Amino acid sequence: MLLYILRRFGVALSVALTVSIVAFLLLHLSGDLALAIAGPEASPAQVEQVRIQYGLDKPLAVQYLDWLAGALHFDFGRSFYFRETVAALVAERMPVTMTLGAIALGLALLVAIPLGVVAAVNRGGWIDRAALVFCVLGQAIPTFWLGLTLILVFAVNLRWLPVSGNATWAHFVMPAIALGWYAVPAVMRLTRNGMLDVLASDYIRTARAKGLRWPTVLFKHALRNAVVPVVALAAVQFGFMLGGSIVVEAVFSMHGLGHLAWEAIGRKDFPVVQAIVLLLASIYIGLTFLADLINAWLDPRIRVA
Amino acid sequence: MVAIERGSLWVLAAAMALGLPGAALAGKANDTLVYASDSEPENISPYHNNVREGVIIARHAWETLVHRNPKTGAYEPYLATSWTWVDPVTLDLDLRKGVTFHDGSPFTADDVVFTFNYVLTPEAKVVTKQNVSWMASTEKLDDYKVRIKLKGPFPAALEYLAGPTPIFPAAYFKKVGLDGFAKAPVGTGPYRITSVDSGKGVKLEKSKTYWKGSPLGDVAIGKLEFRVIPDGDTRMAELMTGGVDWIWRVPTDQAKQLESVPNVTVLAAETMRVGFLQFDAIGRSDSNTPLKNEKVRQAISHAIDRKAMVDNLVRGGARVMNSACFIDQTGCTDEGVPRYAYDPAKAKALLAEAGYPNGFDIEFYAYRERDYAEAVIGYLRAVGIRAKLNYLKYGALRELNRAGKVPIYYQTWGSFSVGDASAFTGVWFKGDEDDMSRDASIKALLDKADTTIDLAERKKTYQEALSAIAAKAYLFPLFSYSTNYAFSSDLAFAAQPDEMPRFYAARWK
Repeated sequence: MLLYILRRFGVALSVALTVSIVAFLLLHLSGDLALAIAGPEASPAQVEQVRIQYGLDKPLAVQYLDWLAGALHFDFGRSFYFRETVAALVAERMPVTMTLGAIALGLALLVAIPLGVVAAVNRGGWIDRAALVFCVLGQAIPTFWLGLTLILVFAVNLRWLPVSGNATWAHFVMPAIALGWYAVPAVMRLTRNGMLDVLASDYIRTARAKGLRWPTVLFKHALRNAVVPVVALAAVQFGFMLGGSIVVEAVFSMHGLGHLAWEAIGRKDFPVVQAIVLLLASIYIGLTFLADLINAWLDPRIRVA
Repeated sequence: MVAIERGSLWVLAAAMALGLPGAALAGKANDTLVYASDSEPENISPYHNNVREGVIIARHAWETLVHRNPKTGAYEPYLATSWTWVDPVTLDLDLRKGVTFHDGSPFTADDVVFTFNYVLTPEAKVVTKQNVSWMASTEKLDDYKVRIKLKGPFPAALEYLAGPTPIFPAAYFKKVGLDGFAKAPVGTGPYRITSVDSGKGVKLEKSKTYWKGSPLGDVAIGKLEFRVIPDGDTRMAELMTGGVDWIWRVPTDQAKQLESVPNVTVLAAETMRVGFLQFDAIGRSDSNTPLKNEKVRQAISHAIDRKAMVDNLVRGGARVMNSACFIDQTGCTDEGVPRYAYDPAKAKALLAEAGYPNGFDIEFYAYRERDYAEAVIGYLRAVGIRAKLNYLKYGALRELNRAGKVPIYYQTWGSFSVGDASAFTGVWFKGDEDDMSRDASIKALLDKADTTIDLAERKKTYQEALSAIAAKAYLFPLFSYSTNYAFSSDLAFAAQPDEMPRFYAARWK
């Protein structure tokens, strides 16, 4: 087991390093940084001064290590656009995106798991089919379209919810639905398949033969086992949601990391883009690593594979 | 994000079909006017951004020495009570006593001297140098009297002193620096900035210490809130539900539909903003670019049907422009300036003459009104020029162009609401970083026009410069803009052509 953990950790670490190199190069592909920092009207002498001050005269590899050392301390330099450090900007926006992602995931699980169970129990029945249609829709509907539709129905017509912003909990409802929608099909199908496997197994037959009540069998014996891989999937889905929040945050004008990334790309604010890319990638890699561990812990066969 | 723009029609249509319940307009009840726009200033300090949203905030939170009456165009006392020209390059101004900044400190000559001398330093990194570069220095004569020394005669000086030259509090600014100032700005204006939230917006509150008798009149609305909402449909939905009270730049087709929404008032008005195409006439982007050829630039000018664009896309009082300025600016004229009628056949002939009978491929850049840019690209394609659209944010496009990487772009300029031709031509033709043609003879003409005191002589020189620009087709002016304002029917709001919404003059009905 320890060997397996170490191996997975090694993989995760190397992916993270690769991402950090790509993120770093992203900044340097954008042109002469010293010129960008000094501003268009700086004299050549001022540009040189900036080059030395920011360490841009050093070899690229040294610069990378310096940047990485900074990144490990959550120091990503300063934004080209806002007069703030990137760390401050990111820290300010992070809670919104995390809250949004958590609510979206919670909603998705709340819908997908019961739906998966019902679909499995009624395999081939109309509920199963309806759930399948729902799945296809979930995968096919673009997030921004769903977002606008929700605004139209719940904000403009029914006036139940505010249109945009992130001032109160009510502001999170529609964005969370729009964001969570995409995760529903995957979770539902995994739950359904897991339930089908478990329901066909011997111990369920034994449990029923003992005369246990059907709901007890279903929830205590079957679901508990079927839902385990879902936990691992949910971790990965959370990573997806952080990425997906770029679109949702733009539609609902929420001031999270996604919105910041979207604006930063438009403004060529590379230090910000770079930091967000690295941060989201690291979270995603961390969650995937966690999912690997959970799977291995649950299923001994994976550990030796 | 394009698809989002297109989805808006049915949003409105469906809303209309289902019928809207009575709007709960929080604005009036809370005495808070919430206005929304898509972009935000990169830095709230008025000298350190050049987006219109920044100008709006500047005019509410800060004051200038001179006020231009938007109705009469006359220059009126503001922070300065009177002024005299000692000679064509020396302007003495008496300052108003009893004015205080939002932090409680008194306004004196030191603030004017500090502000104007600071913005002239290279370290200040003022974004639009044109706004201040006519000043040489400012000195204090006594606590309430200053002398501005000009670099040369500059007849438009008062116009600039009435616009993009607000006064900062010297002591406070020196204490906190630009970074601190951007986060907690202080001015003397009718509204005090209470919070600046990057990416989110700005909140302002009626200043309790604002001086009596200001030419702005009595300020009615207690609080202003600027919200950044990037998506146009979301802005509209917010207006319809009373989440915001005021939006602008509503596309014309959507504005038509908004007119039928109860509790929303729609107003269309011409603005000083002019849309134009600018070309890499000296081959900075590529030494072989076809745009270096005058005939190619003229061909492009003949290829575009501006009248059709005004009638079908812009509407709302917009006019075709034939000179590189806004026609109502002092010094701007199109009389005697070469014109380019819509004539695709002539465009093709000119292209053939220039050696491009089959047209050419070119990278085309734009940053706003994607539909206008797409229309231009369609016209270019019709004469064989295959332009590929690159749609960027303003700051990114500006940077790219200043680095000499843009062959042709769709640009607009609102002249900072300055009613003088120099505010337009000065930016694009006087050799600064945004000047794509860098023609010394035009710069010389403009230098002369900018500094000529005699109005008739001045106008004649501008006409010469504008004619030369048009003849060489360095810049192809398209049309003035109109903008559609849409706002809560509870709000009494009047639009001015300088594209500067005056919320201090607005009130609740």
